[in-house]
Amino acid sequence: MNETTNLPVLEKLTYKDFAPDQDVKWCPGCGDYSILKQVQGIFPELGKRKEEFVFISGIGCSSRFPYYMDTYGMHSIHGRATAIAAGLKASRPDLDIWIVTGDGDAMSIGGNHLIHTLRKNFNLNILMFNNEIYGLTKGQYSPTSHVGLVTKSTPFGSIDEPFNPAELALGAKSTFFARSLDRDPKHMKEILLEAHDHKGTSFVEIYQNCPVFNDGTFFIYSEKGTKKEESLYLEEGKPLIFGENNSKGIKFDGFKPVVVDLTDGKNSVNDLWIHDKRDRIKATILASFANGNNGTHLPRPFGIFYSIDKPTYEETMLHQIEEVTNKKGKPKLDDILSGDKTWVIA
Amino acid sequence: MKTEDGVIEKESVVVRFSGDSGDGMQLTGTQFTDTTAFLGKDISTFPEFPAEIRAPAGTIAGVSGFQVHFGSKEIYTAGDEYDVLVAMNAAALKSDIGNLKKGGIIITNTAGFDSKNLRLAEYPEGVNPLEDDSLSEYEVYKVNITSLTKEALKETGLSNKELERSKNMFVLGMLYWIFDQSPDYTINFINEKFSKSPELAKANILAIKSGINFGETTEIFNTRFKINASPQPPGTYRSITGNNAIAIALISASEISGLPLFLGSYPITPASDILHELSKYKHSGVRTFQAEDEIAAICSAIGASYGGSLSVTTTSGPGMSLKTEALGLATILELPLVVINIQRGGPSTGLPTKTEQSDLLQAMYGRHGECPLPILAPCSPSDCFETVYEACKLTVEHMTPVIVLSDGYIANGSEPWKFPTAKDLPKIKSEFTDKPNSNDGTFLPYKRDENFVRPRVKPGTKGLEHRIGGLEKANETGDISYEPHNHELMVNLRQAKVDKIADSIPEIKIDTGSEDSDLLVLGWGSTYGSIKTAVLELINEGYNISHIHLRHMNPFPKNLGMLLMKFKNILIPEINNGQLIKIIRDKYLVPAIGLNKIQGLPFTTSEIKNKILEILNKK
Repeated sequence: MNETTNLPVLEKLTYKDFAPDQDVKWCPGCGDYSILKQVQGIFPELGKRKEEFVFISGIGCSSRFPYYMDTYGMHSIHGRATAIAAGLKASRPDLDIWIVTGDGDAMSIGGNHLIHTLRKNFNLNILMFNNEIYGLTKGQYSPTSHVGLVTKSTPFGSIDEPFNPAELALGAKSTFFARSLDRDPKHMKEILLEAHDHKGTSFVEIYQNCPVFNDGTFFIYSEKGTKKEESLYLEEGKPLIFGENNSKGIKFDGFKPVVVDLTDGKNSVNDLWIHDKRDRIKATILASFANGNNGTHLPRPFGIFYSIDKPTYEETMLHQIEEVTNKKGKPKLDDILSGDKTWVIA
Repeated sequence: MKTEDGVIEKESVVVRFSGDSGDGMQLTGTQFTDTTAFLGKDISTFPEFPAEIRAPAGTIAGVSGFQVHFGSKEIYTAGDEYDVLVAMNAAALKSDIGNLKKGGIIITNTAGFDSKNLRLAEYPEGVNPLEDDSLSEYEVYKVNITSLTKEALKETGLSNKELERSKNMFVLGMLYWIFDQSPDYTINFINEKFSKSPELAKANILAIKSGINFGETTEIFNTRFKINASPQPPGTYRSITGNNAIAIALISASEISGLPLFLGSYPITPASDILHELSKYKHSGVRTFQAEDEIAAICSAIGASYGGSLSVTTTSGPGMSLKTEALGLATILELPLVVINIQRGGPSTGLPTKTEQSDLLQAMYGRHGECPLPILAPCSPSDCFETVYEACKLTVEHMTPVIVLSDGYIANGSEPWKFPTAKDLPKIKSEFTDKPNSNDGTFLPYKRDENFVRPRVKPGTKGLEHRIGGLEKANETGDISYEPHNHELMVNLRQAKVDKIADSIPEIKIDTGSEDSDLLVLGWGSTYGSIKTAVLELINEGYNISHIHLRHMNPFPKNLGMLLMKFKNILIPEINNGQLIKIIRDKYLVPAIGLNKIQGLPFTTSEIKNKILEILNKK
């Protein structure tokens, strides 16, 4: 049907090819600028033609993103980007579809569509900019805001238990979950490339600073002085090491992750938890780090928590169509119109 | 007229099959209907079933009915009253006797009238309608269908439960005897249905034959009927329900337009059958997507439409409410999308299995912002084909979502259909652009043609990358614009695009009667059969009246206003509290009179006739 034909030689693209002539209208200092720059930066490396990319977004600051990418794009309605993208991907598996959403768009009004898109596993990339606040509506708490956050709609502090996006994604049978942050462009770039490589729904949570309504929420993970102690960078097949001079590690005490000192001679690198992105149980425990495990303070993981191969929805759908067509043959329209029981009136 | 062998020839007969939800009355009714249609009689059916899958057995709430009207003349409705009532238990008799003609026939299963059934049907202690004289006005046949079926099938080795379930086939056999119809059609059906369980096929066929033999050998029935074939136009026919006609129309439009078909849907009564039917056509390349909710159903369809499919979403009232936000998006994006609402009794869950026409004002006005959309309404089960096919043509050719308003009555009802062949179907002009459309070589996604229609582009088309969205857009370029006059211009352009569709639809013609009459009945949607029958009968009685029936609810046919002005009396019957009448009065300032019924049931012919006579006699 609509499949675009593959040209033998791809035009050499640069980030400029993806920057339209529109003014970018986020607030000065917004973390979205950094994300936009990284996305524009990796697109020429993806080996696709420009017209194959589609951005779909919902509503919110992050959802203005499609206007700033010179590709096909739709700025849709609040929370529904995943549902629209599902229909687009089911009908056009040839397209390279990216969803840009925020914590409110994806996890509040669009929560239902998000979980079902994840479990159905379309080959899509979802970038969720998490700033733990509603920005476009000027500062109300979001489903990822922590308890006690004072905002315009919670002048005495939020009383809602927040979602943990990693736990939500894994609970919804996501086949890929990763976390990165706006202030670490190098890391973000790597994660974006891996997310694109993953065949299935790639869900990437990007910590993003809102300088106007929730400034500095994630600074402990990105700023000198705290970064090394508070963040843990996951590398496939490597032990979980963090801290100043890589002096700390995570090991298992039963199923409980504990922080150990690698300098006191009691534990060595060989005792540590080795990261395996195909291990669902380990991924679930990594996801729980953000909850503050039973009072144990654990660093915040960044990187690919979980990534497994599973047939995509559109592949299975096409396979079924092919199978039934092979078995039954494509019916003639006249046979469909007549059905199998007719009678003649002379 | 009674013939030699005691068979009465009749022009038309109405039969009502009535029993418990578990008694298989829908299947019995469908088989009787299909056989009757197959034998060349005209038919109209009215299945009526409870919202509960299995309401408590034996209670009135659990009664499931199937009414079929068939005859040697043209049949437009399922009939006001029935000639024959098949009552499988006491609750069925109690529930449905009200509409049985005086002197009509009742066939009862006496096994359904034991003390437990009588109690569940809420007959007073000690009262059994089969044993007192309460049914003396009728011709009552008391047959222990359950035990006769079991006796007939005792050699088959089936379980007691399976034997019990075959009793509906025994009933069908008796009816075939009474109406002098061959059981061959049903026997073929059974052989196909149970091709993997030949012992069940054998037992069911035996049950039918036992029913026929019972009628023949016991000579219990005083009356047998013969209904000759109807003088329908020559051609090849099939039987069709409204929902199946919709499914076939969508596949046809997809094939004729060359656009792949995508259905995004969420199960809801009474629309789910369209999803079921289309899901069978994977080998036609149909992509059906059962979404997580009504919102995702329409949004996935919008996504597929953006990708270049012929996109459809199907639903009923509550689902329609959930879809309205996304309908606003599809309207401002100006993408093709067919939205099919099988209306039911509302508001809220209301009467989910009953019919109503109460979503017309919602379709016209029920969205935020200035959001005009074309609306079409089919008038009968087979008309669902033509109407939905036309909706597909309009949506693609005019780049606007189109709403189709069917309802529970025609969705489930069936009639004979002289189906078209593929080459008879109107062409659908479906074009995608792959070139810039401005002098300076840029692409203007909202530059319009003479019908105010914008170009359609498939993502993946080189050089035409652009963004669309729910924010108001600048004329032609589609860039975001908050400019005051631009917004007014765009609102007016979207309205003009819908209004312009009036040039593409036929002028309305008078269906029955003349332009010079004492009263016009103006109808829309599923009331067609009742209105047509009422008007025909009154014309035969010497009255000068007419009938116009609307399919195009928005925009109206261009000549409608002029035509309405010719009548001094206009009656608008609707299965709602008066919706079309509001639009007609508003648009044409004519003093129309309403006839409204909000009981979850279609109009009877006599209700419409009485209202017409009341108006005419006042003068």
